[in-house]
Amino acid sequence: MGKAALSALIALFSSAGVLAESAGADPYQLNLTKGVTDISAQVYDLHMTIFYICVAIGVVVFGAMLYAMVFHRKSKGVKPAHFHESVKVEVAWTIIPFIILIFMAVPAAKTLIAMEDTSEADVTILVTGSQWKWHYKYMDNDLEYYSLLATRPEQIGGKYEKGRNYLLEVDRPLVIPTDKKVRFLITSDDVIHSWWVPDFAVKKDANPGFINEAWTKVNEPGIYRGQCAELCGKDHGFMPVVVIAKEPAEYNAWVADQAAAQRRAKEEEQKLLAMNMDMGELMSVGEKVYQSACAACHMPNGEGLPGVFPALKGSKIALTDMPKHIDIVVNGVSGTAMQAFGKQLSLKELAAVITYERNAWGNNTGETVQAKDVNAVMTGK
Amino acid sequence: MSTVADDLHHDDHHDHKPSGIKRWLYTTNHKDIGTLYLWFAFIMFLIGGAMAMVIRAELFQPGLQIVDPNFFNQMTTVHGLIMVFGAVMPAFTGLANWMVPLMIGAPDMALPRMNNWSFWILPFAFLILLSSLFLEGGGPNFGWTFYAPLSTTYSNDSTALFVFSVHIMGASSIMGAINVIVTIFNMRAPGMTWMKMPLFVWTWLITAFLLIAVMPVLAGAVTMVLTDKFFGTSFFDAAGGGDPVMFQHIFWFFGHPEVYIMILPAFGIISQIVPTFSRKPLFGYSSMVYATTSIALLSFIVWAHHMFTTGMPLFAEMFFMFATMLISVPTGVKVFNWVATMWRGAISFEVPMLFALAFIVLFTLGGFSGLMLAITPVDFQYHDTYFVVAHFHYVLVTGAVFSIMAAVYYWLPKWTGKMYDETLAKWHFWCSLISVNVLFFPMHFVGLAGMPRRIPDYSLQFADFNQWISIGGFAFGLSQFIFLALLLKACRKEGEPVSDKVWDGAEGLEWEIPSPAPYHTFETPPVVK
Repeated sequence: MGKAALSALIALFSSAGVLAESAGADPYQLNLTKGVTDISAQVYDLHMTIFYICVAIGVVVFGAMLYAMVFHRKSKGVKPAHFHESVKVEVAWTIIPFIILIFMAVPAAKTLIAMEDTSEADVTILVTGSQWKWHYKYMDNDLEYYSLLATRPEQIGGKYEKGRNYLLEVDRPLVIPTDKKVRFLITSDDVIHSWWVPDFAVKKDANPGFINEAWTKVNEPGIYRGQCAELCGKDHGFMPVVVIAKEPAEYNAWVADQAAAQRRAKEEEQKLLAMNMDMGELMSVGEKVYQSACAACHMPNGEGLPGVFPALKGSKIALTDMPKHIDIVVNGVSGTAMQAFGKQLSLKELAAVITYERNAWGNNTGETVQAKDVNAVMTGK
Repeated sequence: MSTVADDLHHDDHHDHKPSGIKRWLYTTNHKDIGTLYLWFAFIMFLIGGAMAMVIRAELFQPGLQIVDPNFFNQMTTVHGLIMVFGAVMPAFTGLANWMVPLMIGAPDMALPRMNNWSFWILPFAFLILLSSLFLEGGGPNFGWTFYAPLSTTYSNDSTALFVFSVHIMGASSIMGAINVIVTIFNMRAPGMTWMKMPLFVWTWLITAFLLIAVMPVLAGAVTMVLTDKFFGTSFFDAAGGGDPVMFQHIFWFFGHPEVYIMILPAFGIISQIVPTFSRKPLFGYSSMVYATTSIALLSFIVWAHHMFTTGMPLFAEMFFMFATMLISVPTGVKVFNWVATMWRGAISFEVPMLFALAFIVLFTLGGFSGLMLAITPVDFQYHDTYFVVAHFHYVLVTGAVFSIMAAVYYWLPKWTGKMYDETLAKWHFWCSLISVNVLFFPMHFVGLAGMPRRIPDYSLQFADFNQWISIGGFAFGLSQFIFLALLLKACRKEGEPVSDKVWDGAEGLEWEIPSPAPYHTFETPPVVK
């Protein structure tokens, strides 16, 4: 049956539904994406083949059933037959499906073998999941960064109108070159996540303590969106993947640019050690960092989720023990969901967010935390 | 066998049983215990259904409106646990309790006191599970599959209650299974040879062996979760030499046979109902028995098809793909046999038959999506999306649950002696059939379009279909109150009295005892020719 016919049927019903203003993708997408790689196209073809096989079997089986329901009804006065056995028939409908399966299994196995061949990659990227963000590390360059959901909480809460890429937008997308074999090494810092980009037909679990491999070779430049696919806790639904595929030349320029920027930022950071920032600046930077890095668990109001995530508001550590507070933020708490933010945030951001936590929501310690205080804990001095 | 039926009428005169609550607490009667199981399952079905309503209300439109994500995760988790362990499994056990002795001509289950116990620990298991929702931090929120380390290091302390409740459910299931096996092995009426047993009895016998094989594996899995979380072991923690993927292997070694535990008795029920209303013997009885056995055996070697994205070696992916595809062969044989049974029969469409026909079509749809999911390279796209949610709801709701409803309509007149309210029954069927498809069919579309499962909020492209899905969900939920009304009427013994045989095409020992079935039956065994 035509997909177009089905779409038309559904479009007919849809006038009653609340239609979102032209979103990123087709709201009536009924089928799998063909994607933008050779592999994803093969996967799509397999999907359609098995689908048509199922439709054909369905037509035969349900057709026979419907025929019996219409013509072999008691109300038509038919006399029931008494046959109830036929070895020939039983053998036939065991063997025929078996042969169909072999026809299905061969191309499936071929595609599977191609998908699992991660050898001879041009670019290798380490993808690390953690609650609830992705970290990308370019193994061939001095470049790494976190990629977080960029949708505003006000949109999720319904205060602002939802944007076109609602929940499918990040602050720093992964950038990869087109026409190159890109290998992903996938792992996790905490629970199991799953890195998924439908357009590449790549979905691989990120297992803590183990590294999985996957690869893609994108044919067309573009922006491709996916999501975490394995339940990973409270904000599992808020952990998108965005990949930008650029032409190789453009990609190389981008990598060089980003790596240089990252080096400069590290140098800037060293200068900060000699400076003191004032309370106003720390609090305003700190609030921003808190909302993006901490609020998911400790909540925007600092009250946490009782029994799950501890409150910072009125917390003993946030009110008194500053070195301990810095230590927890920098190194995390092992065996809990508290991550080590030392490698995720800059010294300035760490200083600002700890200051914020010690002075917001009535935690009025009046103390500032400076970059050098954080650095002292990080370096053990 | 008519002499047997005459004997049985005497039983009415010595129904010694305590009255009131004591009757139900102390009962060792298979019919009473069957009734308890069935009501318990129905109550759990409504509670688990209420949780599904919370989920669908939150997903009615994009954004977070009604519940927070942590509570949403508790709802998906406990909905799954309740429907699997509280609704479907106890309902089948209830049907086995009522019907297995009646179908094989036994006076009761072989181990009646254990029967009482295996039921009465169940309410406590679910009390523990449900009460954990009210603790600080809430109940289990890691999915009914409780993957480590989300359920260990990253869960809250209510996990202990979850573990204990699963242990109790497992103990109950194992005792129920032992009882079924012992009863069928030892208490068949003279002349009831293996290959004369009704298919419901056969499928339950095989199911009981599956239960005994895999419930201890589940017990092991939850115990390891308990010690990893509270006692410092590292079964599933790489930092201590463990492996989180090993948890999934252990869980699905239990989980996949569990799937067949929830569908084999359904096959049995459909194999009873279709011949009755086609007025023609079941086509391919012995091939049905062999198909059921091979499905059960294959169920032990396909578990890792739930785990294709975990990064298994290529060889393992191939093996589990081929083994899984193989299951469609015996499953297909069953469907073909049902259709061949209907072929050139004299079909009528009483409500049990309506549910059975819906089962055949919709379960087969779920089977088709299952076959698609077996193809590893494509599974990478389907895995953990709404396509999977659509698949397992087709096999479990329009499969297992519809078969249970079919069974209740089929045997209810035998249990109460009165015909159920046919108007209500037809309303229940048609409302359920339409709404369940509005509910689950569009899930295929959003899944293929890329909507992950277990998310409390979604991007805008999925909004319209989710609205339809939620509307279907509410309608399906409401339709079940028609069923409740019908059951309450049946319990008050309203309706037309029925004959002993109830259905003109029915065959089997259960139709040769009086309607309603007396408290004690087959005290002298019937002789099967």
